[in-house]
Amino acid sequence: MLAAAIGLGATWLTLTRGVAFGALTIGAWTAWPKSGSVDIDPYARATIARTGELPTGTGDGVAFYAHTDDAGNVFDGRCSFEVSGLTPAARYWTLTLYDAHGQLVANTIDRHGFTSAEIVRDAAGRFAISVAPRARPGNWLPTGGIEQFVLVWRLYDTPIGVATGTTKEGPMPKVVRKGCG
Amino acid sequence: MILRLLLWVLAALVLGGIVHLATVLALPRAATQDAYSRLAPMAPVNSMVQLAAPTAKAAVMPFMDPAFAVAVCRYDISSGPLKLNAPVSQAYTSVTFYTRNSVAYYAINDRAAGRRAIELDLMTPQQHAQMPEEEDVTAADRLIIESPTNTGLILLRALAPEPGLMPMARGALAGAQCRIDPQQQQP
Repeated sequence: MLAAAIGLGATWLTLTRGVAFGALTIGAWTAWPKSGSVDIDPYARATIARTGELPTGTGDGVAFYAHTDDAGNVFDGRCSFEVSGLTPAARYWTLTLYDAHGQLVANTIDRHGFTSAEIVRDAAGRFAISVAPRARPGNWLPTGGIEQFVLVWRLYDTPIGVATGTTKEGPMPKVVRKGCG
Repeated sequence: MILRLLLWVLAALVLGGIVHLATVLALPRAATQDAYSRLAPMAPVNSMVQLAAPTAKAAVMPFMDPAFAVAVCRYDISSGPLKLNAPVSQAYTSVTFYTRNSVAYYAINDRAAGRRAIELDLMTPQQHAQMPEEEDVTAADRLIIESPTNTGLILLRALAPEPGLMPMARGALAGAQCRIDPQQQQP
């Protein structure tokens, strides 16, 4: 009885938390490049089977997930965050906001993310995206005021995660909390 | 007494570990809500179908990228190899192959494919081995992909760099085809 409880408990915990090996973490962003190939580990396979998602294939791109800002503050949709800086080399990237279950979040302007082609940048090629519940000038990504959200940064046609053994993969954009309420 | 209790706890932990590993390994086969099961009702076998764009109310799968138009081919190559033909959109197009259990075993984008259209032949390793040799030589410019399983999913994705370009991306996918090669179909 105890053994079954321990075993099933451990399975449930690892699958709902999304445990997988081979994580690549840069700042607040974490990717699992192996999950997009046949080298995917059993934990990631089981997680994907449970959630019903299809991982981004390695020859296609790589997806970085963030649940907190750089300081570890959990993404609360009632707070404002700023995503800014530079991005790694990629032909295109997209940034998308989801709820904790991977669904898009309803908002008044029907915006769920940005692509690298539509973002407003300064002369040096830097950009800033305001992730906030209420309208902001510039690049505003609405949170819909939900309790917890997830940001996913997808790089398409990129060498990131394909080259093995490199730790200096960056730079990934900075994420900073600007205030709450 | 204490030693005996410790022994029981240790035994429970070891057994628990076995239960844990067994459930993790068995789960992909037992899952009823995985991507293949979700797509089966809307995607007929061996034909290309465009998926509805994800919205806040409904999405076929979680964590879909809303900047992409997506078409899916749910394949079954047990009766013969499959031909995939996908015109490339202006921005970025990719094709990803998944096994029945959602393992991405091959992905290619428009630049790597290097033409105006992505043209691929999908077959099992046995079908590849049975191909006549001279055909294999002339197939130098034909991309052949081996599927580890008889059934699976092909996901064709075209990027709309701006929301206004979504009709362009969907239009590019509308010309895509996947079908069993009639010349090589086995009775």
